[in-house]
Amino acid sequence: MFKKIAPVLATLTAAALFTSACSSSDDKADDSATSNEKVALTYWSWAPNMDKVVEGWNSTHPNIQVTVNKQDGGDPAVTKLLTAIKAGSGAPDVMQAEYQKIPTLVSADALADIAKEAGSLKDKFPAAAWNSVTLGSDAVYGVPQDSGPLMFFYRSDVFDKNGLAAPKTWDDYAAAAEKIHKANPKQYIGTFSASDAGLFTGLAQQAGASWWGVNGDSWTVNINEPATQKVAAYWGGLVEKGVVDNKPMYTPEWNAALNDGSQVGWVSAVWAPGVLEGSAKDTKGKWKAATMPQWDAASPATGNWGGSATSVTTQSKHPKQAAEFVAWLNSDPAALKLLAGTANVYPAANDTTTILTTPPAFFADQADFYTIAADAAKATKPFTYGPNVNVAYSAFNDAFGKAAESKKAAAFTESLATVQKATVDDMKNSGFTVAG
Amino acid sequence: MSLTTPAPSPTIAAARPAAAKKARQASRRAGVPYAFLAPGLLLFTLFLAAPIVYAGYLSLRKVKVSGLGLGAKSRTEVWAGFSNYVRSMTDPEFLPSVYRILGYGLIVVPTMLGLALLMALLLDANRTRPWIGSFTRIAIFLPYAVPAVVASLLWGFLYLPRVSPITDVLEAFGLTAPELLSSSWVLWAVANVAIWGGTGFNMIVIYTALKAVPTSLYESARIDGASELAIAWRIKIPIVMPSLVMTFVFSLIATLQVFAEPMTLKPLSNTISFTWTPLMKVYRDAFVRNDIYSAAATSVVIALATFLLSFGFLKLVGRRAFNQED
Repeated sequence: MFKKIAPVLATLTAAALFTSACSSSDDKADDSATSNEKVALTYWSWAPNMDKVVEGWNSTHPNIQVTVNKQDGGDPAVTKLLTAIKAGSGAPDVMQAEYQKIPTLVSADALADIAKEAGSLKDKFPAAAWNSVTLGSDAVYGVPQDSGPLMFFYRSDVFDKNGLAAPKTWDDYAAAAEKIHKANPKQYIGTFSASDAGLFTGLAQQAGASWWGVNGDSWTVNINEPATQKVAAYWGGLVEKGVVDNKPMYTPEWNAALNDGSQVGWVSAVWAPGVLEGSAKDTKGKWKAATMPQWDAASPATGNWGGSATSVTTQSKHPKQAAEFVAWLNSDPAALKLLAGTANVYPAANDTTTILTTPPAFFADQADFYTIAADAAKATKPFTYGPNVNVAYSAFNDAFGKAAESKKAAAFTESLATVQKATVDDMKNSGFTVAG
Repeated sequence: MSLTTPAPSPTIAAARPAAAKKARQASRRAGVPYAFLAPGLLLFTLFLAAPIVYAGYLSLRKVKVSGLGLGAKSRTEVWAGFSNYVRSMTDPEFLPSVYRILGYGLIVVPTMLGLALLMALLLDANRTRPWIGSFTRIAIFLPYAVPAVVASLLWGFLYLPRVSPITDVLEAFGLTAPELLSSSWVLWAVANVAIWGGTGFNMIVIYTALKAVPTSLYESARIDGASELAIAWRIKIPIVMPSLVMTFVFSLIATLQVFAEPMTLKPLSNTISFTWTPLMKVYRDAFVRNDIYSAAATSVVIALATFLLSFGFLKLVGRRAFNQED
């Protein structure tokens, strides 16, 4: 009987040997780089034209050559990176990481601490952005690259026709929403998108919420809290009244609505011109940018939607050189100019007013575009992201999708309890200490 | 249990050369079938058995975080027992997703197979003009060649009122188009994509079975005075029953695994959640929540359910469906 099994076993053993031979990794010697050593670094980024920005580095640093590997976007890049970290190889040296993903990545031990090389850059960035890369600790898990302060964009022709000015407060916004929709039932000032948890987070941030927090050795989760409830109730009220649309953003439907003038406003971030240029090209010249409507006009505040840092991964064999590149990319004036002009990002660094002088093409007539943006960036409220942002965001999508579909204000505020519970349960299940 | 080596060790071989040679020949002969099986076995092991075993292993593990979970080495993988299974089955979103695909299956499977059978019979009834037949056959089959993601995108555009030409046509007649991605229609909207894409394939399977039926059967039926309808009902359908059973099992499996269509339509509406179908929940757990352990547990449950349903059904209808072949 064994004679029959043995060849099978031999085959299986051969298979096992074959696989282990394939997966054995080539452990290289540790990094003891001398200044003359030639080093090749890989860099994952999804910003457009990043390879052209990196050219500026490669031409002046012959010993540290960086290759850009274009990614599809923030989420797929993180999935790929986490898989590479788990597999033990395949991660790049340098990685673009959205602020809200940094705790997740740090928690998976994917990002290297570059405090030694980049710690001195602290003063070059707004406190809120710097906090996102340190997570409030002494470590530095990346250098802020771009930020997305929230602003309000609106069709000035439609607003003028209705005798409206850019809304100063959220009460103004609600009144304008009603007036516009009454005057033309096909027109909306905006939509509540349950698909864009990032925007809702920014709105909650503006109202003063910070969903996660660190308290000694435990995390706190505060999603179902007064400031966020106020925001949820506000948008729920507008959707229930029917003066704001309830369909998700970034759909062919939404693009068409922006282009044909059914959506006449957009609460968005500084990068909105690029999106509008693609979605609403027929309306060029009719849009204006303004600061966000405020809860309290006396103390202006805003939130953030999007924005990312550049980090060095734990798999990099040349962390020192990688950190050098990261620091240059996000703080050197020449690099900032390239970032803003070629890669079309809004740099997170403080002194960009000298670089960003001409408004984006889609807002060519608005000379003060970047002054408004700079003011918004300064007014960004601090916000701490937790290690399971994706869990909270996907719970938000599902719960608020249902609420938006039901068009009931009460469902909006109730959904916050669902999101809070999903987030806390997930953290507790993983073994995080969660207070409260 | 200890294992013996297939060939005797060299020392014994030296002591008894004749016996050893005989044994070696015997074992070489015994090894021949395995040599032929080896490529298949190797591929099966590498790409099917090993991943399945690994998924089973993962489903019993979980990550344990210590403290804030921020520094290096704060995550360790530990045994989880069946806790992933318990969590996956008791997730408040899991049962609704199961009921949803049951409803989806009740729409898709009978409609798709009914249409496929009807079209196969119609094509088969028209044997006199073969070029019309082959054109129609290809036309019906073509949607199957369109990838599900592309099909869902195309239908998605048709479902969205503002970009859909259907809405324009309806409005020209003074009618309001239903919002096909609203909660009351979304199940039908997704089912429609699957029916559109799957009917052609099933039609071809049934039609091929029909082609194999000797025409003499129909001729004798006609001589006995049977109408075309009676021929279809009493002769053709019973003869293609095994094909119908096979297409039913395929459709059942496809229903349990529906993923691409709702996933592609998801960003277009509020009504398709991350856990709309069980497989979408697996995707969410693995790639959105980064929890491959509960994703593995749910996958194992889906695989078992598919296995039980498919084989349960085959056992139930087996004798009836295949009795002609006995």
